[in-house]
Amino acid sequence: MDSVTHAPSTEVLRAIVEAAADGVVLCDADGAVVLVNAAAREMVPGDVISLLDRAREPGETYETALGDRLLRVRREIFGIVHQAWYLRDVTNETARADALRAERERTQFLVEAGRRLSASLNTRRCARATAELATGLLADAAMVVLPPGGLRRTAWLRSSDAGLEEGDIPVAHADQVPGLAEALAGFPPVPSRWLDPHQAPEWLLPAGFGPVGHLLVTPLPGNGVPAGALVLARREGGAGFDDETETLVRVFAARAGAAISAAVLYQEQSATNAILAGDLRPPPLPVVEGLELAGSLRSAQQTALIGGDFYDALPTPDGPLVTLGDVCGKGPRAAVLAGQVRHSLRALLLLERDPEQLMHLINKALLSSYTPRSHVTLVLAAIHPGEGVIDLAVAGHPAPLLLRADGAVEEVDARGTLLGAIKSGAISLRTASIELAPGDLLLLYSDGITEAFGGPTGREMYGSDRLKTALATCAGMPATAVVERLEQLNSDWLAGGVFDDRALLAIRRSR
Amino acid sequence: MSVAVDVVDDYLEKVGTADEFGAIDLVLGLLGEGVPAESLLLDVIAPAQRRVGELWAAGTWSVAREHGATAISERAVAAIATAVRPRPTRSRITVACTDGEYHALPTRLLAEVLRLRGWHVDFLGANVPGPHLITHLHQTGPDAVAIGCALPTRLPRAHATLTACQAVGIPVLAGGSGFGFDGRFAAKLGADGWAPTADAAADLLEQGRLPSFPTPGATLAHLADEEYTLFTKRRGEILAGVMAELPRRFPPMRDYTQAQFDHTADDLAHIADFLSAALYIDDTRLFTDFVTWTCDLLHARGVPSRSVALALRLLHDELHDFPRARHLLAEGTLAADGA
Repeated sequence: MDSVTHAPSTEVLRAIVEAAADGVVLCDADGAVVLVNAAAREMVPGDVISLLDRAREPGETYETALGDRLLRVRREIFGIVHQAWYLRDVTNETARADALRAERERTQFLVEAGRRLSASLNTRRCARATAELATGLLADAAMVVLPPGGLRRTAWLRSSDAGLEEGDIPVAHADQVPGLAEALAGFPPVPSRWLDPHQAPEWLLPAGFGPVGHLLVTPLPGNGVPAGALVLARREGGAGFDDETETLVRVFAARAGAAISAAVLYQEQSATNAILAGDLRPPPLPVVEGLELAGSLRSAQQTALIGGDFYDALPTPDGPLVTLGDVCGKGPRAAVLAGQVRHSLRALLLLERDPEQLMHLINKALLSSYTPRSHVTLVLAAIHPGEGVIDLAVAGHPAPLLLRADGAVEEVDARGTLLGAIKSGAISLRTASIELAPGDLLLLYSDGITEAFGGPTGREMYGSDRLKTALATCAGMPATAVVERLEQLNSDWLAGGVFDDRALLAIRRSR
Repeated sequence: MSVAVDVVDDYLEKVGTADEFGAIDLVLGLLGEGVPAESLLLDVIAPAQRRVGELWAAGTWSVAREHGATAISERAVAAIATAVRPRPTRSRITVACTDGEYHALPTRLLAEVLRLRGWHVDFLGANVPGPHLITHLHQTGPDAVAIGCALPTRLPRAHATLTACQAVGIPVLAGGSGFGFDGRFAAKLGADGWAPTADAAADLLEQGRLPSFPTPGATLAHLADEEYTLFTKRRGEILAGVMAELPRRFPPMRDYTQAQFDHTADDLAHIADFLSAALYIDDTRLFTDFVTWTCDLLHARGVPSRSVALALRLLHDELHDFPRARHLLAEGTLAADGA
């Protein structure tokens, strides 16, 4: 029984240790190697002692390189007096984990890229997202060179640890970087291209970037239009681009290219739209001595802000002719007709200034229009600024309201038929002439204001009485404040509900 | 060069008496003497406009006078902007008031301060429809959009706008008293940044404290109870019910003129606006602060605030299946009784 309480014999130890799957190195209390098992001998053909880090505490694990292998070593107390070093070759395990981590990183990168690149339809924002995304996982500096937008210069955005930089270069400079000119032209389709880092012109990299180790130019494939190029740079001493990264760059470039080329198309179309719509928006009102003019137009079509309501103030030698009208229909179609009415008025005004006569002429012009259902309601106000007299004609439109300086509100007694509706061309008009004393205000408005449905219960019509009550509270206010307040009260009434085009225009005689 | 306190009083006097030229001459004169434009905007016009709001709330100034004064301040700001036009050296920022927000001046001041500090600013003005703002963001691609909201009742729509801006990849800087005095509603709605004042907003942008791409927004988990949705949908009939009941419980109402009746309906609608904002954002103080403020406002105009407490009670009774709204209304009633 005595022998059992002593340390096991060397033979027993050897048998146990040799049977272990892990490499085992056994040392005695003084640290001398007692035995090395077969697994350890196979793992470490040479000097095993150099791998044993005696500074480690028992129970500690560390990894150490042996040639191209990676060993995981654990120090343990073995029995009473011995120390054991367990060795395991984890080269493959680690490689698999690394590959998995890298794969996960690439997936995350593409998910984030998808999220950011799909958000915007703006060329610059898409280019910025591309450069910022590429910095980090793909490169130390990433530059997007956008397709040339004219003027022989082309814009670029660059992201690096120096932050975001923007600028432009002459298109001709693209020739200094092999493959860049072709990428910018979008034709012929060239594959991405490795560059000799020494070929990089100075403008390609951030100031103080340091020596470049790897440089890659990748075209951004567009959908029929060029989307520019992506230049990636890694510093000297850093890792090069492996196959997986190159594939990733290709997939990323495809997504970025699709986003940028969609944005380029959108920008072109919206620039065209803006030019076309600009003429259909209300014009700035002229400054007229002795008068304040203020207008507001809220369109039911909220993207381009155009619609069937319109106003204008056209200068004539005798004073401005102010008009406010409403074309049957909504949106761009109505806006085009509204634009035609405004242009016709501008031309007719060269020959005729009398509101009543102008109404007859516009009516005839509308009846001969190619556009079906060219129905228009209109107010024309010929202003004589000196005396504050206004000649008014109203056709199919709500009668203007007069706000006296003391707060009294009157409806102008003028009526008339809708224009462009009656085939015979006959319209009847009752015109009016009013006089504005200093501080008085004339309000023209469209039925979108009075026919606004909303209110506390959500289904009541605003009505002309409410408009008059609201107007009465505006005595003494400047014209801009009156228009703003009436629009605000009316918008509050609508409480965000679906609405028609709404127009307001105030003419106030200054005090 | 700093601005003396009596300059604000001078300026207030001028805008309050519709002296447009006087007000503009005053600010342009100070500008000529070397007072920085930013200081004129933030140390003269902004505090004077705060006083205008207080004078209106106290019933000292009429609505007409308040609006007239604000219109003149708008022109004074425009005059400063015309006189001082630095070349943009920084990138592009869009500044807009949310949909339904008409208090444009504070947001306009921000736009001008940013312009003075060298940003390329697009100021879209008051009451900007969401789709128009988004179109603008796609067209111009700014680094950030600053959204002003003066009244908490605009918060649900501000949130829709804010989310839409973030969805097109533009980070949002929130500002204005509507987002809470400490910006807590801005944080709750997932704005990328918040600033209490125009100069703080400019500092924040200068220091690059906004992300280049918005961080995914917070979700408002409490909206899952659908109280906000249902209240908004049934708002009309709920308010009609209260309006029908009010004269029975508050006899003086039986002799109301149409205008007085409309006025009461307006007040009730206002309560409903704040109630739905408080439901949306899930904040009791948003509602109780409003109730206290309304009662103070009525007292200042010599109108008894009893009808407010009564309206809150009637709403409370009407909203059987709305536990969150009933809690808000109960707290509101306490606030009204205490006011």
